[in-house]
Amino acid sequence: METDQLSVSIWRGGDGGAYQTYQVPRLESQTVLDVVTYIQREIDPSLSYRFACRVGVCGSCAMTVNGKARWTCRTHVSRVAENGALTLNPLRNLPVVKDLVVDMAVFFDKWEKAMGAFVGDKTRDQALAAVSPSDPKRKEASAGIECIGCGICYATCDVVDWNKDYLGPAAMNRSWTLINDERDVARIPRLQAIAGDNGCLGCHSQQGCVERCPKSLNPTGAIAGLKRHTMKAALKGELT
Amino acid sequence: MAHAHRNHPTYWAFFIHRVSGVALALFLPLHLYVLGLALAESTAFADFISWSNTPGLKTLETGLVVFLTAHLTGGLRLLALEFLDWRSGQKSLVALSGGISLCLGLVFLLNAY
Ligand code: HEM
Ligand code: SF4
Ligand code: SF4
Ligand code: FES
Repeated sequence: METDQLSVSIWRGGDGGAYQTYQVPRLESQTVLDVVTYIQREIDPSLSYRFACRVGVCGSCAMTVNGKARWTCRTHVSRVAENGALTLNPLRNLPVVKDLVVDMAVFFDKWEKAMGAFVGDKTRDQALAAVSPSDPKRKEASAGIECIGCGICYATCDVVDWNKDYLGPAAMNRSWTLINDERDVARIPRLQAIAGDNGCLGCHSQQGCVERCPKSLNPTGAIAGLKRHTMKAALKGELT
Repeated sequence: MAHAHRNHPTYWAFFIHRVSGVALALFLPLHLYVLGLALAESTAFADFISWSNTPGLKTLETGLVVFLTAHLTGGLRLLALEFLDWRSGQKSLVALSGGISLCLGLVFLLNAY
């Protein structure tokens, strides 16, 4: 239903907060981020939210829109408004700083815990590694590195909700890209970091992350790959 | 709306898997106990069978058959997803596992009467 006004309820203030409702003029090709920006500039300058690139690259504009986590800069109002109304909340599963801003520190700390950093053993004086683009492992890595770190999968995952130490889909997707990077030399410590209930074995393959990832990545597939590597390494006694 | 993020086929498949898993865990001891009665050659088994031969119980049993097949096919789907290479069309596999379960339930129901 197209209306010329949009009724927007936004969760204000964090844990003890409340909804506040704003009337925003409806425009053609309007994104949810446009709506929030309009409210901050024209109605209530105290509204806090995050964005940077506005074109789906930086991953900073994610919010909960009518109950589902989305990147707001690339979400058209016409696709998500229900009866001319939007309800906006901060991302789930992360501590709220204020209004629509969450603290992403835990999210990225878990990338570190999942050994999300490359470990090489070559120096700058050695030849560059030749990696064929058609290599199946390279293809897995190429898919995974498109992650923009938006936290949408993390906010959607129920296992994160149930177990606060669970590393989450994005961290393990990152780990999977490095397992498939043939220059990386930390396969075993990395598998040790993600084996167990807080890592890949905690995932129930519900695929909420796949359903919602704005980059159409497949964290469930990455985690399934980690499960297979973990099992093989455990059978060979490499994880003890 | 609080749980809008859960409304997709693979989440519902997870939900059914958990509920049916718990139902099976509750049902199996009972099932084995009743089979044990038959071995003991007591009249209790015959009594139980005639008691269970009512339409209400048959409908309940149909539900159990659907749950068992749903857990079996859903479990095989999960094992394939985790142990084999990833395949697209996960939602079709959920539909397939649901469809097989409902068909088997129907077969059971038709045989029960
Ligand atoms: C018929 C063959 C069976 C297969 C292929 C199978 C497969 C599976 C799989 C793969 C899971 C893991 C699901 C997940 O990660 O979320 C699971 C969970 C479970 N199964 Fe089975 N299962 C079978 C039979 C049974 C039986 C007979 C029982 C009852 C004693 C049972 C009770 C459960 C329970 C309670 C869970 C936990 C559910 C959850 O964590 O959500 N299963 N099953
Ligand atoms: S598939 Fe695994 S990681 Fe992805 S949302 Fe579900 S439980 Fe979380
Ligand atoms: S995997 Fe997808 S949803 Fe998760 S952080 Fe990366 S881009 Fe966002
Ligand atoms: S503002 Fe950068 S992804 Fe939305």
